[in-house]
Amino acid sequence: MSLTFIALLVVATIALIFGAGLGYAAIKFKVESDPLVEQIDNILPQTQCGQCGHPGCRPYAEAIANGEDINKCPPGGEVTIKQLAELMGVEAKPLDSAHGVEDIKKVAYIREDECIGCTKCIQACPVDAIVGAAKQMHTVIIGECTGCDLCVDPCPVDCIDMVPLNQGTDNWKWDFKQTQVGDISVRQVS
Amino acid sequence: MSEFADYDLVMEHLASKELWDFPGGVHPTQFKTLSNTTPISQISLPDKLYIPIKQHIGIDGEVIVNKGDRVLKGQALTKSENTFAVPVHASTSGIVESISKHVSAHPSGLPELTICIAVDGKDESIDTSGIPDYASVAKVDLIGAICNAGVSGLGGAGFPTHIKTNNVKPVEFLIINGIECEPYISADDRLMREHAWQIRQGIDILYHILEPKQVIIAIEDNKPEAFETMSLACQQHSDYQVVSVPTKYPAGGEKQLIQVLTSREVPSDGLPIDIGCMMYNVGTCYAIADAIIEGKPLLERVVTLTGQALKQPKNVWARIGTPIKHLLDMAEFDVEKQHYPRIIMGGPMMGFTLTSAQIPVVKTTNCILAPAAKELPEVGDERGCIRCSACADACPVSLLPQQMFWYSKAKEYETAQDYNLFDCIECGACAYVCPSEIPLVHYYRQAKSDIRQQQAEKEQAEKARIRFEARKARLEKEKQEREEKHRKAAEARKQSVNKDGGAQAKIAAALARAKAKKAAQASAEQANNTPDAIDKKEVENSPTQQSENSADDKKAKVAAAIARAKAKKEAKMQAERKENESKQTKDETSDE
Repeated sequence: MSLTFIALLVVATIALIFGAGLGYAAIKFKVESDPLVEQIDNILPQTQCGQCGHPGCRPYAEAIANGEDINKCPPGGEVTIKQLAELMGVEAKPLDSAHGVEDIKKVAYIREDECIGCTKCIQACPVDAIVGAAKQMHTVIIGECTGCDLCVDPCPVDCIDMVPLNQGTDNWKWDFKQTQVGDISVRQVS
Repeated sequence: MSEFADYDLVMEHLASKELWDFPGGVHPTQFKTLSNTTPISQISLPDKLYIPIKQHIGIDGEVIVNKGDRVLKGQALTKSENTFAVPVHASTSGIVESISKHVSAHPSGLPELTICIAVDGKDESIDTSGIPDYASVAKVDLIGAICNAGVSGLGGAGFPTHIKTNNVKPVEFLIINGIECEPYISADDRLMREHAWQIRQGIDILYHILEPKQVIIAIEDNKPEAFETMSLACQQHSDYQVVSVPTKYPAGGEKQLIQVLTSREVPSDGLPIDIGCMMYNVGTCYAIADAIIEGKPLLERVVTLTGQALKQPKNVWARIGTPIKHLLDMAEFDVEKQHYPRIIMGGPMMGFTLTSAQIPVVKTTNCILAPAAKELPEVGDERGCIRCSACADACPVSLLPQQMFWYSKAKEYETAQDYNLFDCIECGACAYVCPSEIPLVHYYRQAKSDIRQQQAEKEQAEKARIRFEARKARLEKEKQEREEKHRKAAEARKQSVNKDGGAQAKIAAALARAKAKKAAQASAEQANNTPDAIDKKEVENSPTQQSENSADDKKAKVAAAIARAKAKKEAKMQAERKENESKQTKDETSDE
């Protein structure tokens, strides 16, 4: 009788100790936000273009964390899908063309003499990359433009173009498909 | 990594001529004798010079001349306050014809901003004044003079010399690189043979600025004449020693040469100065001597014109900006010796094929190679990797080229980086030995530029995210501020009402009045609740009902009259009945 009692007491004590430990750890090491969302958000290209159907990259990151498809980000393209697949432990899929196709990087360009200064594009820009004031000419800060395309539609006079980013020797990718010659077949001297 | 050999051990080894070695390396057939047998020749000026505004690693300066300006030889064309900018100079006198994009001395040939000078042939120079007595001048001024003279590394990478020289760490070994391991190039060889004394002057200036313990002038053992002249030039100075290094490609690589001379290895993410070494090319030393002693900016350099498609292969003093076409004419380029036009800038191991003959000579151009049809093997058919590991044996940095190749090709860049892709010096030794003719370096270059781009995009994305979040926070704040404003306005209204007693009293009075009125009305209504009153009221209110109302009035009167008549009749009948009753009782009593 007393043996059973002691056993019960011991088990109960252990349970209490562990319970207290776990409870303390839960408070002490509390994680503020979902680290998975953070990780996904870091992979996404942050164009904030909304082509995935979410209002920005972070909402899409949250959606992915909740099981949405990883192939809805055209600006990120194949590279992003690959990284997301690796992170989420799922199969990499081709880009869902319903959300757009992978394109070369472009930036918005305002034809300044046609701009009427309506500020509509400024309000549409998710990263504040357009400067200007009411009835004053606007212009795009190219270095900050993510090429999200969101300013093109609101423009009432259609003076915004998406132009491909200039390629120079700094960002050239050793792609001889664009320039016919240039490479040296390294095994030259025999 | 083994322990670094300390200074004394290195000196011991150098004294006993027992050098170390770097892993791997290859021994390509040497073709230096094509061009190194004749002295460096002066050539005629071209009609036009194309001077790219950026010819070094770093930032380009601001153009300070305008189209149509006459410029003199040695006049600066760009200027910048930025430390990483190196100015460019007019290599001869002439008129600035245009400042526009021109095909660049880069594998891509993509156009870059270039100043085109129409040469007037007078070769008029600006007044220059050097600092022959450089030992009496502050070091910072010397470094400034080197920068103003537009000197950047002439060995190949084009790193700004003044940044390298502006060094505060202790230097044990100042190494002067006269290796020139590319199998065709002989520009440094000829320069050392003919201008050893001026190179020595340049070394003296560096010795003065950097204060190294020891100066090592390293020359490959396939250049005995250069070794001799340099030894002669340096013999008076006890801290200078000229060292002959065994010929092996790529012994001229900075890290490889340091390893050969000192057994020290430059850390993966470090610089030679971290292990007490500093390296300059002999051509750079020559340019430094020009810059300090004569005040002459870097306007020309030795370029090797070689290859069996040239009838007169030689070394020439080429002005910076000279179009390659002009150099080919000088060396009598024979087009018929080639199946298709093929001009290589740089050596056959690390150079690149030019996209246009209008590409100019820049500060890093050391060789123009025009091979005959059979001279260099054609671009072979790439075959599959057979895992022979010959590339790993040849790699001077002890990397695993085939692993890096697999992962680069598969675009698995993370793994490729795990194999230290960025330690690859792109020397091409692996591709040289590959039996499957895989252009390995090409894959590495592609992978590297892809990775760099991805990193740049990552940074850009981070910036965009911060801006996006800042904007969101701002919008949210604005919204809150708006709400706050509305709330405050409402509160203020309320408060002003509370404060003003008169208004409250007025309102109360008005309310009371309204209440009283309402009550009075209600009681009046109750009082006049008879049909007549209502009728009266109705008559007052709506004149249209007047006739009807008067009719009602008549009816009522008639009814009243009838009622009166009825009442009269009743009363009469009652009186008669009473009379009858009393008569009857009288009758009854008389009967009894």
